[in-house]
Amino acid sequence: MATQTKILTQHIDVPGIDTLAVYRQHGGYAAVEKALKTMSPDAVVEEVKKSGLRGRGGAGFPTGMKWSFIDRKSGNPRYLVCNADESEPGTFKDRYLMTRSPHSLIEGMIVSSFALEAHLSYIYIRGEMLATMRILEKAIVEAYAAGLLGKNILGSGYDLDLFVAPGGGAYICGEETALIESLEGKRGNPRNKPPFPAVKGLWQNPTVVNNVETIAATPWIINNGGEAYAAIGVGRSTGTKLISACGHINKPGVYEIELGVPVEEFIYSDQYCGGIWKGKKLKAVVAGGSSVPILPAQLITKTAAGENRLMTYESLAEGGFASGTMLGSGGFIVMDEDTCIVRNTHSFARFYHHESCGQCSPCREGTGWMEKVLHRIETGQGRMHDIDLLVDVAKKIEGNTICPLGDAAAWPVASAIRHFRDEFIWHIEHPQEATQPGAVYRGEAAIA
Amino acid sequence: MSAYSFSTEKVSEHAHFSDALLEKARVAIAKYPEGKQKSAVLEILHDVQNEFGWVSVTAMDRVAELLSIQPIEVYEVASFYTMFNLEPTGKYVLEVCRTGPCQLRGAEELITYLEHKTGAHHGHPSPDGRFTVKPVECLAACGMAPCLQVRLKQLDGDYKYYENLDEPTVDRLIAEEWI
Ligand SMILES: Cc1cc2nc3c(=O)[nH]c(=O)nc-3n(C[C@H](O)[C@H](O)[C@H](O)COP(=O)(O)O)c2cc1C
Ligand code: SF4
Ligand code: FES
Repeated sequence: MATQTKILTQHIDVPGIDTLAVYRQHGGYAAVEKALKTMSPDAVVEEVKKSGLRGRGGAGFPTGMKWSFIDRKSGNPRYLVCNADESEPGTFKDRYLMTRSPHSLIEGMIVSSFALEAHLSYIYIRGEMLATMRILEKAIVEAYAAGLLGKNILGSGYDLDLFVAPGGGAYICGEETALIESLEGKRGNPRNKPPFPAVKGLWQNPTVVNNVETIAATPWIINNGGEAYAAIGVGRSTGTKLISACGHINKPGVYEIELGVPVEEFIYSDQYCGGIWKGKKLKAVVAGGSSVPILPAQLITKTAAGENRLMTYESLAEGGFASGTMLGSGGFIVMDEDTCIVRNTHSFARFYHHESCGQCSPCREGTGWMEKVLHRIETGQGRMHDIDLLVDVAKKIEGNTICPLGDAAAWPVASAIRHFRDEFIWHIEHPQEATQPGAVYRGEAAIA
Repeated sequence: MSAYSFSTEKVSEHAHFSDALLEKARVAIAKYPEGKQKSAVLEILHDVQNEFGWVSVTAMDRVAELLSIQPIEVYEVASFYTMFNLEPTGKYVLEVCRTGPCQLRGAEELITYLEHKTGAHHGHPSPDGRFTVKPVECLAACGMAPCLQVRLKQLDGDYKYYENLDEPTVDRLIAEEWI
């Protein structure tokens, strides 16, 4: 097995890496020196474009391109906001990175803010991570004291102020326009787009919102060059990605992989998940956080065409929604043969209903309806037409809402029925058996 | 979207903010440009909850005053975000993750066990006033499931995560740490 390049986690186990001194001993802040003293903001953007880095928050949008959309003509102040809201079920990589190595994010914020010519930037962190916020704030104080933040950073003439702002418990604030509303001190109701944040974002000024992991990758790109980053990975999936693996595996945790590792290797190799726990068999995987379609075991390791699936944006999406899924946030949720798919789908539906901001009726009503129907099926009161009813409700939410939470709520339900319809039917036909504690359908999962 | 209980009772001792709380509010407000002080509302609400244990209407009115905004602008924010408790709670609020990945590794059983051990059912404080068990959504600790977080006075009001929980650990925490 080839050793994998580590970009984000190379020094994460070094004792004291959360302090400026130790972080610097391991090459920390070299990218700030290089970018601010020897490069123009445009040159930094170019390097990130060359790297092929794509947003690690879930959508995978090319970062350099996003940066080039920011309005530099209006003369209004520009802001960089780091999305540290990490609330997508199955995702726990940003908390890990920020808590263990806060300076990785701060260095990235300086380099990225410089590229955008922003002089005021924020890290918006979910309220549940107040302890991590203290760690970041301590590191920020150190950075100010060392002249890495504030006025005239390292004598370069560039000024930047950086603050951390907490949320208050709301998944929807991970959506970038809801995040901006929240940062303005309001309820997290997503905005209609356009205008996009790059034109009118925080306080109606040009704003870029990027995920923690995206921003933390930029110092390496500046130090080593965009081409070196692009040389890692496969095709348009360049560089490394943090995958947070959880569920029924032997070794849950955060793994930094070079994009392109075969899914099968990721699940079974001791270097990563270490196989399914208790010697059981794999039943299903949700590969990129709860919002992406679930896939049964046969389709997660191989595509419908029989090719090996790789941990890349493209390979996981192979087959579209009929037989594929998405890399998403990298929240890799593994389910063993004893998992009840109806129960799991109900749990996700309850989550989206709870987290819907309530602005659009298809999402507000539809998520509640799906939760109710799934609860009915799970508790043995389902009716056969409930299955098509769920498909219908999901279809009516999808694409008809202000923000993508509606889609994110629809996909898990639609895909569970697509791939595990037999199991839903069994629940409805055998209410007594299905509601016994620990009851699980053992038949063959139907594959569309 | 969910409805949370909201106490409208005035609580006279929440009208006065300590110097430490006012200083925290000042620091929070200073993070934002002139005229954008409203942005500090969430951080200040966390500090208020830390000071008084929950967020009363009286305290929210005082926050509105500090930020020069209307009281309704504070109420609508406080009621949107699930971390703010808008009525009195037990001394320790156990925010237990109930979402899918944690459910796969025993979250529901943990919630039942916690309710049973503490006597705090359905979000209400336990009869001895020590606990509230509050099921919450994914805490970004799914690999260390099941898990919960608690705000601890011992940590100056910071939240502490407890991960990979099992029944003996919960027993020990109840006996020794959450007292
Ligand atoms: C409902 C919803 C929740 C989201 N949650 C997060 C999140 O917790 N963290 C994150 O980085 N992006 C999240 N996103 C994606 C953001 O809207 C945005 O695309 C991302 O922060 C952009 O950063 P990136 O380009 O670096 O990925 C969410 C999107 C939606 C629709
Ligand atoms: S889709 Fe749902 S979460 Fe998004 S704006 Fe509409 S109601 Fe709110
Ligand atoms: S599902 Fe419980 S922490 Fe993520």
